[in-house]
Amino acid sequence: MPDLGKYAVEVLSAYGASLLLLALLVLVSLRRGRAARSALSEAEREGHRDA
Amino acid sequence: MSIWQYANPVKFLTLSARVQPYLWASAAAAILVGLTWGFFGTPDDFRQGSTVKIIYLHVPSALMAINAWFMMLVASLIWLIRRHHVSALTAKAAAPVGVVMTLIALVTGALWGQPMWGTWWAWDPRLTSFLILFLFYLGYIALWEAIEDPDTAADLTSVLCLVGSVFAVLSRYAVQFWNQGLHQGTSIPVATGGRTVADVFFYPLVLCMVGFGLLFLALVFYRTGTEIRLRRARALRARALKEL
Amino acid sequence: MIALLLRDLRLAFRAGGGFGLGLAFFLIVVTLVPFAVGPQSSLLGTIAPGILWLGALLACLLSLDRLLALDQEDGSLDLLLTAPLPLEAVVSLKALAHWLTTGLPLVLAAPFLGVLLNLPGPGYLWLCLSLALGTPALSVIGTFGAALTVGVKRGGLLLSLLVLPLYVPSLIFGAEVARRGAAGQPLETPLLMLAGITCGTIALMPFASAAVLRLGLR
Repeated sequence: MPDLGKYAVEVLSAYGASLLLLALLVLVSLRRGRAARSALSEAEREGHRDA
Repeated sequence: MSIWQYANPVKFLTLSARVQPYLWASAAAAILVGLTWGFFGTPDDFRQGSTVKIIYLHVPSALMAINAWFMMLVASLIWLIRRHHVSALTAKAAAPVGVVMTLIALVTGALWGQPMWGTWWAWDPRLTSFLILFLFYLGYIALWEAIEDPDTAADLTSVLCLVGSVFAVLSRYAVQFWNQGLHQGTSIPVATGGRTVADVFFYPLVLCMVGFGLLFLALVFYRTGTEIRLRRARALRARALKEL
Repeated sequence: MIALLLRDLRLAFRAGGGFGLGLAFFLIVVTLVPFAVGPQSSLLGTIAPGILWLGALLACLLSLDRLLALDQEDGSLDLLLTAPLPLEAVVSLKALAHWLTTGLPLVLAAPFLGVLLNLPGPGYLWLCLSLALGTPALSVIGTFGAALTVGVKRGGLLLSLLVLPLYVPSLIFGAEVARRGAAGQPLETPLLMLAGITCGTIALMPFASAAVLRLGLR
């Protein structure tokens, strides 16, 4: 860890907050993507069943 | 075959599946290397001390915040003119990415400015413009959520994006007029694309900017795929209900 | 066309039409400000131009959701869409009716409320002028927002979220005219910008509003 001097709090908070926000964005996107895939396959299955 | 072939959802999904692994991998690599290099491998600034390290987060995110909105604008125009659903859905998919980028730009901008300005928030013209952009993003996303019919939602949000873009530019100038005070060409923490930045900071910064750009692309491809699937599932369910 | 305008005006003035509501809200907001910031007249005098502009802007916002929603509910909006009058003219008339029943009364009431906030003498003229110049833009922009949310149930909050960022340029320049006028400083630049924004929005926003109505009510 480099010596951040008196600005350690600001710099580390900036990195922490940014990485956290990016991680949340990616995770929420992935979760929604998986839900969409399962919703689609379920809708397709039901379509074939009724056909 | 032109780029318009990807207006076909199936073709888009095929392209997306092929391209995404490379996008995710290169984005992760660029961001990791860029941030590590910037954080550990660059010196402190004479005036700003170690806070200059925030540049590797602030500039790329601010850049992507603007680019995301611009991409949404183009996609909205394509939807209004050529009615390609994929285009409307890419705009819808990009908005949350843009809003997060804007938020990162705001938070890092405030944290960067705090040691220099002495307050946790200062109504600096640039930061204020990003705050207004944040509000535009929120309105856009809220409108998508509020309208039931997907095509109507696409139409209305597209017009909002167009009108919003005009007002965003107008606001930029209004805000500059409103607060010319704080930054009359003095040490502005926000560098303009790296030109005013010394070489030793420049290269890791460019790498981070590239990384954020690749991450944006990866996320938009992935999220558009999500929207396409959701739309198709909804259509299938509606058809099933009609046949009952 | 005149008939349409008169109809809207009459509806606004009827009981439940909300005519006095904007004025009352303006008064309430101005009354609340000293409670929030303290009664020192010097402070109030400094912030008076901005507070009065902000109060007028928020009061304009209040009456926007009834602009189109009532017509949509009773079906008259669909009639207007198919009427021989161009939709752009219809929305312009609606915006004009909104300004006549909301913006204009605010302009006239502002000096009285300026007294409450210890507005400096030279400020009265410029406050009224800037409001008179700026509130038409607020009506026209507000009509666009109302068109976007016309189909959304209880869309008042969404309407505010969409419209308030669009109000920022008018607010910045309008309040600046009022502030500089009160302080006796030169104000040509913000005055021109304010006028420009109002003229531009009056000319262009009706097309966007009409397009939105057509798209939204297909």
